[in-house]
Order: sequence, then C-alpha cells, then structure tokens
Amino acid sequence: MKKYARGLFILLVLVFLYAPILILIFYSFTTAANIGQIRGFSMHNYVTLFTTPELRDMIVGTIVLALSAAVIATILGTMGAIGSFYSSRKASAFIDSLNEVPVINADVVTGFSICILLVVVLGISKDSYLPLICGHVALCAPFVYLSVIPKLKQMDSSIYEAALDLGAAPATALRKIVIPQIFSGIVSGFALAITLSLDDYFIATYTKPATFDTISTYVVNATKGSQTEIKTALWALSTVIFIIVVLIVVFANFRSVRTERKERVKA
Amino acid sequence: MRTLKFSRKSLGIPYAVFLVLFVALPLLVLVYYAFTNGQGQFSLANLTGFFTDPNTLGTLCYSFAIAFVTTAVCLLLAYPAAYFLATSNIRQKHVLLLLFIMPMWINFSLRITALKEILTLIEGNLALYPFFNAVAGMTYDFLPFMILPIYNTISRLDGSLIEAAKDLGANDLSAFIKITLPLSVPGIVSGVSMVFLPAMTNYVVLDMLYNSTYIMGSLIGSYFSAYNWHGGSMIALILLAIIILFTLLTRGMEDDGNTAKVGGALL
Repeated sequence: MKKYARGLFILLVLVFLYAPILILIFYSFTTAANIGQIRGFSMHNYVTLFTTPELRDMIVGTIVLALSAAVIATILGTMGAIGSFYSSRKASAFIDSLNEVPVINADVVTGFSICILLVVVLGISKDSYLPLICGHVALCAPFVYLSVIPKLKQMDSSIYEAALDLGAAPATALRKIVIPQIFSGIVSGFALAITLSLDDYFIATYTKPATFDTISTYVVNATKGSQTEIKTALWALSTVIFIIVVLIVVFANFRSVRTERKERVKA
Repeated sequence: MRTLKFSRKSLGIPYAVFLVLFVALPLLVLVYYAFTNGQGQFSLANLTGFFTDPNTLGTLCYSFAIAFVTTAVCLLLAYPAAYFLATSNIRQKHVLLLLFIMPMWINFSLRITALKEILTLIEGNLALYPFFNAVAGMTYDFLPFMILPIYNTISRLDGSLIEAAKDLGANDLSAFIKITLPLSVPGIVSGVSMVFLPAMTNYVVLDMLYNSTYIMGSLIGSYFSAYNWHGGSMIALILLAIIILFTLLTRGMEDDGNTAKVGGALL
C-alpha cells in the first residue's frame, strides 16, 4: 500500500512536469488555435515553422550562437583549468574565485553589467555581436572550467612526467597525455555550455542586436503578441526540441549502459 | 636568442584575462554607475531612492514572497519525489531520474508557453490569479534543479546508519527524522540556492503569464528599457548584495556538486 502511494506521488510530479508539454505536442498536429478545441489533424504548423524566414532565422541564429559560444567557452575554460591546476596556489585561487562569480550571480545582473561595460562605457555596437558573444562565453566558460578541474585532480600525474622523461616536448605531452585523460570533462563542459546558451534569455536580451533573436527572446516576445499563426508554429518547435532532447537522452543513456557492461565484462 | 618556452601555467592566462575583463570589470563599472548620477558626480540618490520609495520596497517584498513560496512548493514536491526515488529498489531508477531532469534541457520559454496554455484553459483568464500563476510557473521551471541535488545527497547516504538506528529500536519515522533528514540537508541547501535566487530575478516567467507586478529582475528590465543605467546599476548591485549574503549563509552547508545547476554533467 505504502509502496503504491510512493509510486503515485512520483507519477503525479511527472504528470505536472510533462502534461503541459505533451498536450502542446498533441495540439501542434491539429489546426486548433487554442488548446481544448477539437480540430482535425494537420501538419501546417510544421510547414509554417520550416518555411517562415523569420522563424528559420531565429532557430539558425540560436544554434550558431550556442555553437560558437560553446566552442570559445570550451577552449578558454579548458585552458584556464589546465593553467590554474598547474599554477601557484594564489594564482589558482584567483581564477577559482572569479570563475565562481557568474555561476552564483543572477543572469540578469551578469547581462546588465556586461551591457553597461561594453555598450554604454566602451561604446561597442550591439550589432557587432561582440557583446552577445562575450556575454554568452562569460556565462558558459565557468561551467566548462568546473567540469574540467575535477578530471585534472583525478589524473595520474606520473604519466605526464614519464612522457617528459622519455623525451616528449611539454606541448606534445600535454596534447597526448593530459588532454585524453581530461577529455570526458571537456565534453561534458561543452554539452553544458550548449544547454546554457540555448536556454539563456537575460544575457541575450541585454546584449543582442535589435534585429537578432534567439529562441528564448523570440518566444517571450511572441507570447505578448497575438499572431495565432506564429504561436501555434512555436508549438511545433516545442515538439521538435522535445523529440531531439529525448533522442539525445536515450542515445547517451544507451551508450553509458553499454560502456558499463563492457567494463563489467573486462572486470 | 631566447626561444619562447612553453609552460603549462601560461595556458591559464587567456582565461584569467577574460575573467578580469568580462566578469570583474563589468561589476566594478556597475558599482561606479550605481553611485553616480547622470552628470558623473558621486551620489547616493539611487540607494536612498530605492529604500525610501514604497514602490521599490514593495517590489523587494513581492520578490521575497514569490521566492519563498516557490522554494517551499518546490521543496515539498521535490523532497518526497527524490526520497522515494532514491530509496526505492526498482531497477530502472536512473531512467526515472532522467525523466525528472530532462525538462532542464528543453527551452524554458517554450515550457512556460506550454504551462500558460494549460493554465489559460483551466482558469479562463490568467489575470485572475497572478500570484498563483507566478509560483506555478517558477515551480514548473525550477523543480528539476531542486530534485537533482536532493536525490544525489540521499542516494549517497550510508544505508547502514539507518539499519543501525532500526536495530537500536528506532521506527521508520524516527529513523527518517533523526538520520535521513539531517543528512540530506546539504542537498536541500543546494536545491534551495538554485531555486530561491532565480525566483527573485526571473521576471520573464511573470511577464509570460501576464503577471504585471514587478519583481527585482523586472526593475532592471524597466531601467534598461528607459536607458537609465544609473538606476539599473543600483538595483543590480542590491541584487548582488542579496546573492552574496545568501551565498555566505549557505557556504559550507552546500553539497559540492554545484555544477548540478544544469545537470548536463549526466550526459
């Protein structure tokens, strides 16, 4: 009895989390303009989504922004983590504490402060995309740093020393010995950076060019308007994103189960 | 001629420079703007203005109210869910955990849109229940961030402690109150810090659900739209002070996994 009550509670929380999305997905395949209307099956939302230039631009823009910010953040954050790991205690404490700031700070404050410095004080135009990129890198890089540092700490440092003893140049040893050992941290940092950039609203709002939109800024503005066509096309976008996320989760989960099994076989 | 010597330490320099330029410097500029007026003279007007204007004080209170209630609701939903999940003996536990975390990876503005459609269907007019809607929206947005750290803490608990308590005559309830609950405090604190601060600042959730009352974040937004950098900076600074105070209070009590903020580490 108790066991069922527990299962029921978990189920209810899951219903709360998923019911709105699933209902929206259902209605995205109909001609209904509002939820609750019973209408016929239609793919017109998907046609609108992929053929309206405005919608296509903001989706492509969001992805390009996320990829570029994540690549820069991953390079900077990883280099920063390696540098800080081998630096004096003072220097690494300095990087550590500055790195902590964007992590605990509210995105509104981060975005606003970067806007003030770059746009208001230095007069850099938002149309140059520089404030936007800097803002997103400042948001993402600290998390890359945080996911690489633990891998450096777990690393077996004697292999690096051995490579040097055997005549490898420090740069070669770094590339062939250190990077492979921390690679999983770099990858999860990169994935984290992508999700952070994709989900960001505040930093983009305060630093983006007026004509550029990310999914978040676009959706927020669209909900204030009353264009039914766009509104229901965004339901289709939710469906597409939901399916992509499910696929990635299933794939990642499947792979981790497989590597786990392999390791068990080895052992 | 001295050849440029490769050093692992120097790898950290670009990131350190980046952090100084785009994290430290913007905050310094923020302080400067907060304490000057339009003519560039030192002024406390922004500070005294905030603490004497009943409107802004009301905003501060409303932010705290929203944040408190959201945090409490999240905790009431997340703790039992995380506890039941962590202590259950079903086999596919990690799949269920993934279901709780997956919403994090779906764009928040699209998820809030979904919730908005459902709430509109149920309530008819969203404007009738602004406070309820704000809390529902925030809870919907932030719940996964509360579940993950609590789950992590509880699932790492040493089960033998509870067995020992039971051997010594404790019943289920008192074993829970005296062992499990105190030992899961670090997870609760992590979760609370991931929900409370965003709930004070994420004004888009309110905007999207037609709640026109301001929270602290909305003040920054409105100063930003009015190009009032000095007023906006003061609000940002006050928020920063609250964040720092909150961080100092929870420091040391928190679970180490702060990167759980996005949960991407699971991938």
